Amino acid sequence: MRVALFATCLTDTFFPETARAVVRLLERLGCSVEFPLDQTCCGQMHFNTGYREHARPLARKYTDVFAGYDHVVAPSGSCAGMVREIHPTLGESPPRTFELAEFLVDVLGVTDVGAWFPHRVTYHPTCHSLRMLGVGDKPLALLRAVKALDLVELPDSTHCCGFGGTFAVKNAETSTAMLADKMTCVLSTGAEVVSAGDNSCLMHIGGGLSRLRTGVRPVHLAEILASTEEDPWLATR
Amino acid sequence: MARNPVTWLGSPTFPKAAHKALADTQLRQNLRKATGTIRGRRAAAVAEMTDWEQLRVAGEQIKNDVLARLDTLLVQLEESVTARGGVVHWARDAEEANRIVLDLCREEQATEVVKVKSMATAEIGLNEALEAGGVHAVETDLAELIVQLGDDRPSHILVPAIHRNRSEIREIFQRRMGVEVSDEPADLAEAARVHLREKFLTTKVAISGANFAVADTGSIVVLESEGNGRMCLTLPDTLITVMGIEKLVPSWQDLEVFLQLLPRSSTAERMNPYTSVWTGVTPGDGPQRFHLVLIDNGRTATLRDSVGRQALRCIRCSACLNVCPVYERTGGQSYGSVYPGPIGAILTPQLVGDMRDPQAASLPYASSLCGACFEVCPVRIDIPSVLTHLRAEAVEAKGRTAESVAMAAAAWMFKEASRYEKAQRAGALARFLARDGRITSLPWPGSRWTSSRDAPAPPSESFRAWWRRNRG
Repeated sequence: MRVALFATCLTDTFFPETARAVVRLLERLGCSVEFPLDQTCCGQMHFNTGYREHARPLARKYTDVFAGYDHVVAPSGSCAGMVREIHPTLGESPPRTFELAEFLVDVLGVTDVGAWFPHRVTYHPTCHSLRMLGVGDKPLALLRAVKALDLVELPDSTHCCGFGGTFAVKNAETSTAMLADKMTCVLSTGAEVVSAGDNSCLMHIGGGLSRLRTGVRPVHLAEILASTEEDPWLATR
Repeated sequence: MARNPVTWLGSPTFPKAAHKALADTQLRQNLRKATGTIRGRRAAAVAEMTDWEQLRVAGEQIKNDVLARLDTLLVQLEESVTARGGVVHWARDAEEANRIVLDLCREEQATEVVKVKSMATAEIGLNEALEAGGVHAVETDLAELIVQLGDDRPSHILVPAIHRNRSEIREIFQRRMGVEVSDEPADLAEAARVHLREKFLTTKVAISGANFAVADTGSIVVLESEGNGRMCLTLPDTLITVMGIEKLVPSWQDLEVFLQLLPRSSTAERMNPYTSVWTGVTPGDGPQRFHLVLIDNGRTATLRDSVGRQALRCIRCSACLNVCPVYERTGGQSYGSVYPGPIGAILTPQLVGDMRDPQAASLPYASSLCGACFEVCPVRIDIPSVLTHLRAEAVEAKGRTAESVAMAAAAWMFKEASRYEKAQRAGALARFLARDGRITSLPWPGSRWTSSRDAPAPPSESFRAWWRRNRG
């Protein structure tokens, strides 16, 4: 299956290991992955902050860049949500865009992707994956099938981590209060890794965990699923 | 034009108000406990209903129909109420509504009135206006009484004293009622009952709001849980009801939907404890004079906005407040309005009607857009969509700012992949700010991030650079 990767600007720029993991994972599952180099940003930050007119040309650009692909996969629930739910309100008819977990489960029809990840992991489902896309427990189904992975349930998992894009800086203190409670839940699980399907939320949760020197590491779902016994995940930073 | 009292005069913008609230340990504790409890109870009450989603859709559609036909339905309501012996008054804004109610109280020579908890009268600042006119309003809802006796402001639509715990309530009652009372809920309720009973029996004028008004019969509906409303609505000689013009339903058949949606969403009850319904005046039974004051106060202007108008579907259940992670941490008073929480963040600025007001313009940003509010809303108000819609209005009203310049620059950069790549390479220099892959301190505005979180160091190679090198 021919698949276009929408890496998202955040992952492309700050978390390239996630995008490389998506490529490795999808190729292992028999997909032919392409990365149109003209892609940039879906316009979510502009749209959500009130700069709708700046988001419009970016939505247009997305449609143009990915035209002709039957499946576009993004390692981000919020960017996939922006494309699927918001771009149409800006007058676009974007190509079919999926968040990684739903692409694996719904389109490829797999839950056991042959991964191996010998770590204690807890999973934060992220608001836009849950409520905009309705991804549900697909990520958990994928994680449960990972060999050697010890999955611990995250208390109050559906509560927002407090990122919210520019909310994290415009209402930094409230965002931090939400983050504090999320970190408390993460730490209560005794997990060494907190995972999610979105690097924006992980950058927030991970940023807090790092500031407090908790030693808990944020790892994107794609990196866990790409990890195998022959080619295991290694901490890169 | 007079200032709309829906926001409290002198309220700081949301981030400033939140700064103070977040440091209030008692408030944080009270809210965590109260919202956590009610969230769980609501979820259980809703889970019992197999047709909940259909009910939500029905509620949404009935309210949309009402908003589309508001002009004719309101006239129909006026005719029905008048035909049954009531008097209908129309008020453009808070000032007009307050004057109408004060004049009616004076006609009855009342110096004291009893009140059923009402958002509409809180929105227009009726109590303060009556007090200034020499009429004292006694709140009879327990939580509203706590707020009134504590010289406090409400912080929740349904439970205005949710920010108070029982020992704080005990202190307020002892100080203001001059009685000895324990902090047991039953004792506190008994103290309030004794305090109020005499008022119910002696006061000649009552003021209420309305949850619903049935247009074709002219019936007014009030839902409450304590029985105080029933006393106010039946014992006095004169009843004055103040109601927002959007509170209509076309017929009794439509009401059925909301009598299922509202109790489960608000108090997690299967059936509302006290539902009072009256139609005009019934000779020899209940108040013999009935006045209905219909208030606009920014609603017609809100109705003009095809996205924002869905806020007028709201039935004031508070489910969105109870699930909101922002509300849970900042409390309701941080919103500077009688309408706090997610619904307040979209309703208040629209009723104010002026995004140049910095406090009103800060409210749509008081959300992480997590969407928990939309998920529970019984009339399916897409609060996140209205929030981003109002943010766009706020941006427009502000004009050129440092932020708007930065956003324009970012948009220009993202329009061409070549510019974006150049920016990536320039940004990668921030690597030199990092130690062990973490950046702990950035200059403003990045400092707003690094005040509480580390920032990731840019990697030595972006993904696209890697792709080009390996796959290009």
